[in-house]
Amino acid sequence: MTPPPEVVHWMFAVGFLFLGLCLLAEALVGREVWRRRSWRAYLWPGVAFLMGILMWPVMVFFTSSAIHMLAHGVWAQAMMVAGAAQLALVRGKLQNQLWNLTVPFAFAVSGAAFLIHEQNSWLFSRAAFLHHALGWTALVGAAITLGLFARPRSPVFNAGFAVVFLAFAALLFCDRNVAPIFGHLSPLAGAK
Amino acid sequence: MDAELVRERAEARARIRQSRRHTAVSALGPLTALAGLIWALIQPYRITLLDPDGHSLWYLVVQPPLLVILAGAIFHFWVVPGLLADLEEVEGRSKE
Repeated sequence: MTPPPEVVHWMFAVGFLFLGLCLLAEALVGREVWRRRSWRAYLWPGVAFLMGILMWPVMVFFTSSAIHMLAHGVWAQAMMVAGAAQLALVRGKLQNQLWNLTVPFAFAVSGAAFLIHEQNSWLFSRAAFLHHALGWTALVGAAITLGLFARPRSPVFNAGFAVVFLAFAALLFCDRNVAPIFGHLSPLAGAK
Repeated sequence: MDAELVRERAEARARIRQSRRHTAVSALGPLTALAGLIWALIQPYRITLLDPDGHSLWYLVVQPPLLVILAGAIFHFWVVPGLLADLEEVEGRSKE
């Protein structure tokens, strides 16, 4: 009864799409307006933490090798650390703004996890291509969030942060279990 | 006189910028839903409800173009109204 991997990716894509829309709206109206309602302030940290939690069942039910499992485990922990630190910062339990560095850290770990556990080349299959593309998108996200740490009110970095999530959503929606990419599909990937 | 003109021009510019923010936030949800609709028209086979007998439960529950439309609709009807109210309040206060 477990969903096929592509369906899991699409469900994560919906979450990223909604989060990306919210972050884009925050970039448009500014943090002061966005945080006038407390639930909105908690939305991004809460979703980041939830994504980290949901990564554990993905690790348990959908990983087929040790490196695959380790990558998802490390990834889950990094997302939970970033989400928890952001929740504590919004709540006021943490005061030191250096905790914001957990976000670029989580992006960097996520990007590395994608790139390291994908053992095949870009054009092996669509899934392999998307793993590479998502990995590099996450590393770009790490650079953007580092910029956001240095300039928290920059509209460019705030909008860039949102666009990273929208890019994640678009890439995840493109995923299929077995499909070609730009006309390429390795026979080893399950091509008939 | 010059100072008054400069102030009026600055206020007019601020009003235009604020209304652009209002329009941009209001457009996010409908644009997302439109993207989902266009996707459904381009790839109708992704709408499994059109052929329910040929698909398993998960593929009937999770249909990407419909989910994109749903995400846009939820954002537009759940997040945007309160956000615009807060934006107008802040903008109204800054004008006073």
